Amino acid sequence: MIRLFSGEGPRSTILALILIVIGLALAFAPFLFPGVRALETAARICIFVVLAASYDLLLGYTGIVSFAHTMFFGLGAYGVALASTHMGRGFTALGVGTLAGLAAAVALALVIGLFSLRVRAIFFAMITLAVASAVTVLASQLSAVTGGEDGLVYQIPRALGPAMRLDLEIAGVTITGKILNYYLVFAISLALFLLMLRIVNSPFGRVLQAIRENDFRAEAIGYRVVRYRVTATCLSAGFAALAGSLWAIWLRYVGPGTTLSFEIMLDILLMVVIGGMGTIWGAALGATLMVLAQSYLQNLMALAAGATEALPILSRLLDPDRWLLWLGVLFILSVYFFPTGIVGRLRARAAR
Amino acid sequence: MSVQSEGAPAHRPTFAALSARDKLAKSAPFLLLPVLALVGLALIGTWPTWLTLTVSGLAMGMMIFVMASGLTLVFGLMDVINFGHGAFISVGAFVGISVLAGLGDWTGAASLALNIGAVLAAVIAAMAVTGALGWGFERVLVRPVYGAHLRQILVTVGGLIVIEQMIHVVWGPDEIFLTRPEMLKGVTLFAGAAIETYRLLAVVVGLVLFVAMRLVLRRTKIGLIVRAGVQNGEMVEALGYQLRLVFVGTFVAGSTLAGLGGVMWGLYQEVITAGMGEEMMILVFVVVIIGGLGSVEGAFIGALLVGLLQNYVAFLAPKLALVSNIGLMTAILMWRPEGMLPVVRAK
Repeated sequence: MIRLFSGEGPRSTILALILIVIGLALAFAPFLFPGVRALETAARICIFVVLAASYDLLLGYTGIVSFAHTMFFGLGAYGVALASTHMGRGFTALGVGTLAGLAAAVALALVIGLFSLRVRAIFFAMITLAVASAVTVLASQLSAVTGGEDGLVYQIPRALGPAMRLDLEIAGVTITGKILNYYLVFAISLALFLLMLRIVNSPFGRVLQAIRENDFRAEAIGYRVVRYRVTATCLSAGFAALAGSLWAIWLRYVGPGTTLSFEIMLDILLMVVIGGMGTIWGAALGATLMVLAQSYLQNLMALAAGATEALPILSRLLDPDRWLLWLGVLFILSVYFFPTGIVGRLRARAAR
Repeated sequence: MSVQSEGAPAHRPTFAALSARDKLAKSAPFLLLPVLALVGLALIGTWPTWLTLTVSGLAMGMMIFVMASGLTLVFGLMDVINFGHGAFISVGAFVGISVLAGLGDWTGAASLALNIGAVLAAVIAAMAVTGALGWGFERVLVRPVYGAHLRQILVTVGGLIVIEQMIHVVWGPDEIFLTRPEMLKGVTLFAGAAIETYRLLAVVVGLVLFVAMRLVLRRTKIGLIVRAGVQNGEMVEALGYQLRLVFVGTFVAGSTLAGLGGVMWGLYQEVITAGMGEEMMILVFVVVIIGGLGSVEGAFIGALLVGLLQNYVAFLAPKLALVSNIGLMTAILMWRPEGMLPVVRAK
């Protein structure tokens, strides 16, 4: 069991309990929480756990800030979408699209990494921001290929669609293609998550942490800092692209708003920071919390805005469209006051 | 050399003359501009079109330079990279345009003096507000995270989001359309080409600012301290100067310039959105990177290159205009990985 988790346990009883609850809830989501909306939320959590964890590989372990993570996510998603559009529905299309998206993401990450990281790490943040915005604009302008702002709607294999029903009922729930699709997403997400946990707890991961703490010293010991940083960038991009492919398979729709937008980038940042930078477990916790908050808290904000309609400024501040405002405030506060995130806090408590 | 103190060696130090190649390498960034302009002329072919495009490219470049100059100095001085700089651009634009809207009588009148007066009032209001905002931003957000790049980037991005959303709260969620003051509308005929009057004004304002900034940096004591601080901050502090105060001053000055740039850009585009600062930040970063972090001259050349290239490419191959800046950045970084005129070395 511990070997499966690569030797890095949660190291806190409360954290372990929370993670077990999350894991079990996701594993049995279709049966525990019937209903379309709950299943959508569960799938979203699975995919964003992978996405946030892959970002943590870069931000938390290597200490590099990237603003292009949604770009890699989008490359994976558009890969599947384009392959499914042009090759027709089928598992081959999904496979080809996933691989093409993965290859494109890793290649692009390699180029960006070589350009910016060999000079100074701070270039990377600025260059990724510029490149990612160019790609976003490009995706919405080249409407002949990408469907522009409307995005692409395509068909996935019948076996994964809601129309397919098995003559099988488990715990009062009829097994449909949608549920099979969910378990595909869940299984791959889990595998990717465990793989990342393995990577960060390998000697390679240790070197990344050493570079984060003191790159000069790591170089002096004899590690090629640039090479490690670029490798981490490529790995992280690759995992993000795979998450994007899963997202495309689940949604059966890909557009700039659902994959490339800056808001998603902020979501990822917040997931990693709130959960705890520098632990893959933190990414899982942060992603779960954020997705749940997004799905259910925004309704609460709408209620609050309605209730305070008489007060002019307050109701505007509580408008669901101002969701980002509160995210921003939360983000700043957590960078200041909880730099180690929830996981760091819980571990510190357990260690005392 | 006229006074020789006792004991000093009685010889003049001689400097080896730079070889032609070194000279060329030193001035190559400055030569890029005319080269780009000439290549543009050759490809575009007709003189009036080229002149129109060049002036609008220069106008755009000047405005980007106004926004970028503060950012690059702040980085050079304190190694602080402010991702929230774009928020000042948006705030400046919204404050300035609100003032202009309030002075409708002045902007509507066909009198150059009243029009300029209204624009000046808008600019002053915008610069005052963004300056104050910059001061608060530095104090609340940036100061606690000196020396930690990672947290700096995260915190300033958070600041950008919050300020941008506050603009939505104050001015509403919609974009605001505006019209330029009466006398700044229309075109001026110049050397056989029709050029928008406002663009000429933008070029003049940008040039004046650049010259003024250079004079302050090269000829005044405060400029000397700033330049010395960029090169070696610790040494300047060891000499007894409070670099932190200088830095706060530079930060505020940079914020006011971003506000000015916001007003200019808003008048240029004739529409303002809360997200405009964020969009401009992309160009500003490209400019700061290709110019060399910390270099005002580099940012100036970079901004003009970006402006010119964007306008030429938009005319020659509209599809490529979006990626032209990324292409430019790639090319320059392949040639000089630290930017054209890097100032801050090995920090």
